[in-house]
Amino acid sequence: MKTVKVYGSGCKRCEATETMVRNAATRLGVEVDVEKVTDAKSIAMAGVMSTPGLSVDGKLVHAGGLPDATKLDGWLTA
Amino acid sequence: MTAETQVAPPHHGLADWLWYLGVPVAALLLYLVYGQLIPISEWVTSLFPVARDSHTGEAIAFFVYDVPKVLLLLTGIVFVTGVLRSWFSPEKTRAILAGKREIAGYPLAALLGVLTPFCSCSSVPLFIGFVSAEIPLGVTFSFLIAGPMVGPVGLGLLYGLVGWQIATIYLVFGFTIATVAGFVLGRMGLERYLQDWVRELNAGPVGDLPEVRLTLVDRLKTGAEQVREIVGKVWIWVLVGIGIGAAIHGYVPEAVMLRIMGGEAWWSVPAAVVVGVPMYTNAAGVIPIVEALLGKGAALGTTLAFMMSVIALSLPEMIILKQVLQLRLIAIFLAVVAAGILATGYLFNAIL
Repeated sequence: MKTVKVYGSGCKRCEATETMVRNAATRLGVEVDVEKVTDAKSIAMAGVMSTPGLSVDGKLVHAGGLPDATKLDGWLTA
Repeated sequence: MTAETQVAPPHHGLADWLWYLGVPVAALLLYLVYGQLIPISEWVTSLFPVARDSHTGEAIAFFVYDVPKVLLLLTGIVFVTGVLRSWFSPEKTRAILAGKREIAGYPLAALLGVLTPFCSCSSVPLFIGFVSAEIPLGVTFSFLIAGPMVGPVGLGLLYGLVGWQIATIYLVFGFTIATVAGFVLGRMGLERYLQDWVRELNAGPVGDLPEVRLTLVDRLKTGAEQVREIVGKVWIWVLVGIGIGAAIHGYVPEAVMLRIMGGEAWWSVPAAVVVGVPMYTNAAGVIPIVEALLGKGAALGTTLAFMMSVIALSLPEMIILKQVLQLRLIAIFLAVVAAGILATGYLFNAIL
């Protein structure tokens, strides 16, 4: 079970990122708990300056723009 | 999470060689079409059952010529900007600015404001990221003002539609306003007007991201992605802006324009700024209007002030910043930037 957080205040790309994560997890057969963090303060406190940001099991792995699909697979299976 | 969708494995898109070949070919095509816009648009205009030199004929010709022109320019500019900006990120910019306490921080911040990719939807996290890295407030403001004010889209379109002289003037003064306004705001000691939670924030941990290595093809993809996203979003503003420009070009008599936006009336510059603030459009939408205004003899200072106000002072942006800035600070920020715009407007009305 991986805990994934998607940081973003609700822009289109943040939602697309969430969809990417869920789809990748389904395809890889990884169980994920996806949480969307939309509050600006929490986003900033996580060290994310450009949204959407992504953390897996508490570790920030990506910020700014859609994540790369291949890398996303890597983070979810690591 | 139910497995309701059968998900395809990530496809990797075009092969690299297609990018190396496709980008120059696309650029060449764009260039060739761009060169033929006048004959094409004149031909299209001639299909309408109106006299070419009537008001309506003039308006149609303006519209038919400007729409493909602006869209082609926009595509090129957004692509090149997207590729260039892939070398920058808010995280790198913060690291660069965090070390700068001296006066050089302001112009540097303004420069990075132009080069760093960020969308207004993440301006709050960005602002906090800067403040928590102890980047001075004034330097942060220089960054935030310069981003929209001297954005490449505005400059590029100004260059293509109005000419290099005015584009250069705009660049120099936009950049100067961003630098000086940030400096002035920094001198005012405004930290106490940040929202309480921002002031109490202990330096948030720096997002410790692994360095991402991008290939040239990745950067080209970034550019193409930007084109799809930005052109897909702003085309409607472009059409509206060109529509307004066409109406001005075709129907507004020069005498009326001179009376309203000529350099004589002292109130024309502040009026242009006030009208510009609530106009929520973007550079791509406003420049066709600027083109038409200047063509009808509007004073340069007044027109510059209008344009800067539309682009750099936007209400939605202020509402977003309300999360981190107290109302009084927003008001001071607006006043200082507006003062810079007014000064620019009056200066050009006086010397031209």
